[in-house]
Amino acid sequence: MEYLSLFVKSIFVDNMIFAYFLGMCSYLSVSKNVKTAGGLGTAVIAVLAITVPVNYLLNKFVLQPGALSWLGPKFAAVDLSFLSFILFIAVIAAIVQIVEMIVEKYLPSLYSSLGIFLPLIAVNCAILGASLFMQQREFGNILEAIVYALGSGIGWYLAIVTLAAIREKMAYSNVPKGLQGIGITFITVGLMGIAFMAFMGISL
Amino acid sequence: MSKLKETILNPIFRNNPITTLVLGVCSALAVTVELKGALVMALSVTVVTGLSSLILSLIRNTIPNRVRIIVQLVVVALLVILVDQILKSFEATYAIDKQLSVYMGLIITNCIVMGRIEAFALGNKPLPSLMDGLANGLGYGLILVIVAIFRELLGSGTLFGIPVLKALGYPGNGLVILPPMALIILGCIIWVQKSWNT
Repeated sequence: MEYLSLFVKSIFVDNMIFAYFLGMCSYLSVSKNVKTAGGLGTAVIAVLAITVPVNYLLNKFVLQPGALSWLGPKFAAVDLSFLSFILFIAVIAAIVQIVEMIVEKYLPSLYSSLGIFLPLIAVNCAILGASLFMQQREFGNILEAIVYALGSGIGWYLAIVTLAAIREKMAYSNVPKGLQGIGITFITVGLMGIAFMAFMGISL
Repeated sequence: MSKLKETILNPIFRNNPITTLVLGVCSALAVTVELKGALVMALSVTVVTGLSSLILSLIRNTIPNRVRIIVQLVVVALLVILVDQILKSFEATYAIDKQLSVYMGLIITNCIVMGRIEAFALGNKPLPSLMDGLANGLGYGLILVIVAIFRELLGSGTLFGIPVLKALGYPGNGLVILPPMALIILGCIIWVQKSWNT
């Protein structure tokens, strides 16, 4: 039950896009049609589901204050948390590279549809952001971290696919000249964010 | 000389990284509830973009093309750690650093930093690269400060925590403090800038 609550919360209430603005750059630039948006969304879910648990273990056994105590009592006072940015981003870059290679080898059809997005994901704020939030919230066990990662990934997927659908329809409407393109997209995302706020305060 | 001036002024006004290139929006929206946080964020990003462009421009001929993304990430991450530790070590800025929380770390994946390195620093000499990095940071900072002024003034009626509209009896508007409003304000800024430029 606890996990279900965390899952629903990370999809709707703590939505990556509408509550924290993470991954905005690719969110705005790749949401022109539903198909590519869905591709990028799937890639984000997959990468999040792998990187957050790995970074969780890294945080728990290497970075936290006192995390190195499994090496012996001498290491109990070591605090390496200042290294977390660089280690997290290194893990993310490495995993993205590995995932790209595996997908290219075994699932060529998926690779040709995702291909261009995979390397971009290494520098997507949503991925690093999820790891940093995971560190900040101090999850009790790895299962919670996995549930959180899946939930945020699905939330991101939902957000990008709905925006892409709205933008496809918007091509037929009459938008004021200066607002065309990116301006109206920003305002649409803002309105969607207000709609998503209706989920605030839900507790399961 | 005029080319250098062009390099500096162009990103601040005409080709602003946020409003025309839509780079680095993630953090721009999240830290603009208060002017103080926005200013600190703007300065940190300016320092990181400037220095990372300079460093990568200095070593641009020695980086193998295939691993350049990882080299860039390492250099940027080191600079962000430096800035973060400096902010943490002073009492005045410690609270702001806490308030910026994860967005400080997210400078690493800020598209402006990576974008300027890829598009400019890897193909130009160190001095113009430094200027280009700093100018893009400033262009980003300008938008951040404008959005923050609107949100703090209309949201809570204060500027830098000093009551301005509040002193005149303005009750504050909770909607402007909420995250989605930042997007709508930014959309309007883009509208104004686009109509002005054409």
